[in-house]
Amino acid sequence: MTNTSETSTDNAVENTHVRALNAFCGPVKSSIYRNQQRVIVPVEESFDALSMLKDRGFDLFIDVTCVDYLEYRKAKHRYGLVYLLASTMNAERLTIRTFVDDPKPTVASVVPLWEAANWLEREVWDLFGIHFTGHPDLRRLVMPEEFTAHPLRKDYPLQGRGERHNFPVITRDHS
Amino acid sequence: MSIAPTEFESSPEARSEDYLWTLNFGPQHPATHTTLRLVLKLDGERVVDAIPEMGYLHSGFEKIAEHLTFNQYVTVTDRMNYISPMANNVAWHHSVETLLGINLTPRCTYIRTIVAELARISDHLLSNGAVGLDTGAFTYFLYAFYQREVIYDIFETLCGARFTNSYTRVGGVSHDFTPLVIEKIRAFVKTFPKTLNDMQRLLNRNRIFVDRTQGVGILTKEEAINRGATGPVARASGVTRDLRRDEPYLAYDDFDFQISCASTGDCYARYLIRMQEMRESLKIVEQAIEHLPSGPVNIGVDERTTLPTKNQVYSTIEGTISHFELSMSNRGFEVPCEESYAAIEAPNGELGFYIVGDGEDQAYRARCRPPSVLNFAMFPHLIRGHTLSDVVAVLGSLNIIAAELDR
Repeated sequence: MTNTSETSTDNAVENTHVRALNAFCGPVKSSIYRNQQRVIVPVEESFDALSMLKDRGFDLFIDVTCVDYLEYRKAKHRYGLVYLLASTMNAERLTIRTFVDDPKPTVASVVPLWEAANWLEREVWDLFGIHFTGHPDLRRLVMPEEFTAHPLRKDYPLQGRGERHNFPVITRDHS
Repeated sequence: MSIAPTEFESSPEARSEDYLWTLNFGPQHPATHTTLRLVLKLDGERVVDAIPEMGYLHSGFEKIAEHLTFNQYVTVTDRMNYISPMANNVAWHHSVETLLGINLTPRCTYIRTIVAELARISDHLLSNGAVGLDTGAFTYFLYAFYQREVIYDIFETLCGARFTNSYTRVGGVSHDFTPLVIEKIRAFVKTFPKTLNDMQRLLNRNRIFVDRTQGVGILTKEEAINRGATGPVARASGVTRDLRRDEPYLAYDDFDFQISCASTGDCYARYLIRMQEMRESLKIVEQAIEHLPSGPVNIGVDERTTLPTKNQVYSTIEGTISHFELSMSNRGFEVPCEESYAAIEAPNGELGFYIVGDGEDQAYRARCRPPSVLNFAMFPHLIRGHTLSDVVAVLGSLNIIAAELDR
């Protein structure tokens, strides 16, 4: 919940999906920026809310990504998860956001709803260290398996921590 | 004379999966075209399972985005899908301008539409050409590559770079269309359909090609939606979603074109969709080049949203001020503390950027939504039950670009 989301709450136009979410998980914060409807849902209800939205016609899972708000001004939570949904029927879009915090940022996986989320959640786990409960195969996606850090976090330096020079060398005999 | 079954059961460790063997396909393999790896489980020649591995080309593009300004980062987007860098440039600055709330000049929207469509043609040429190459149609590949060369020439005349164009800027483009560029595009529009007809005659009813692609790697409509397919892969499965029509950006509202769709969802359908989309792209380019609006290509110097030309910087006071304001680290663009997502219909599917602004000239976070990742994730589903030789046909028809996949 950043400062910006709160200030732009007032001019949000009531949307039927937002109303449904309001009825479903209590009063939710919604806002519109550049014609994009965004809703913040509590992390405990994110799976049920997304499941309900899938039934309401958002059949296409565009993306799930994460933002590390460590250095963001007036940010109250560390990680913000962003779910981008779309409908193949009427070209509607909806952005769902939810917030998680250290020490063990955890959110329910949406792979049971959309198979598309499988690799995208693996990527978020890999680069941000967000744990998705219920994910069938939560392995690193782009970084090597031996890697221990989560490089897209803001406290990870741009040039790395020297891991590059310490990667194990695999010879032909040991492969 | 039959052997008693007990002789087979003599080895206590033998399990039912013992006859399967594992094949490591890639990361260096001519048919992967880029650096990606598949671990295939084979039963004879039949693929029982495939485990895709990626990350061999991971270079932290999203991390770099947090340290480069909006204008600098365009050079990195070139290297994402390097088959159609222009489309990436357009996608990146489309997202930046959505965040900053910048409205382009009509001429700029037309120019960006034209280069994006030319990029689509060159991407589809390579993608279809590679499918042809991998299934044994080398001549077809050369036909396609020659035309890519023509498009490279157009881009070279336009901005000096053939491959990594870095053509767009916030609020405009780096070079306006010159009469020579327009002439070259017109010539291309005129000559390309003939090659396209030749290519169609070479492959569309070619027995070998049709046998190797028809009914291979079938993706149903439900699976396509569930697995997040976009672009030609989704449209070949009957998903009629195309952002150019559904959420018209740039100048797409002004043109008359069709969305190509198929219902079979196999490799052959994906090939046909790409062939048809090239024709439609050509229609868009033709309409755009004939109705190219006059006027300035970039937003005016007074707005202080786009870098002025060198001529303006050296000869006018407004240009000098604007240049300094935009280049100095404590000035720059007015970036809202907001986040927004904007996507374009890139050749491979929906290519979007989720950008978080925090008042600085660099993005606080710039997430690239690459179509390749979702296309590659469905590969095991498509290949199961097919033979080893179908692996290259399916890989080619998904058009996976590892640089965009790993970023």
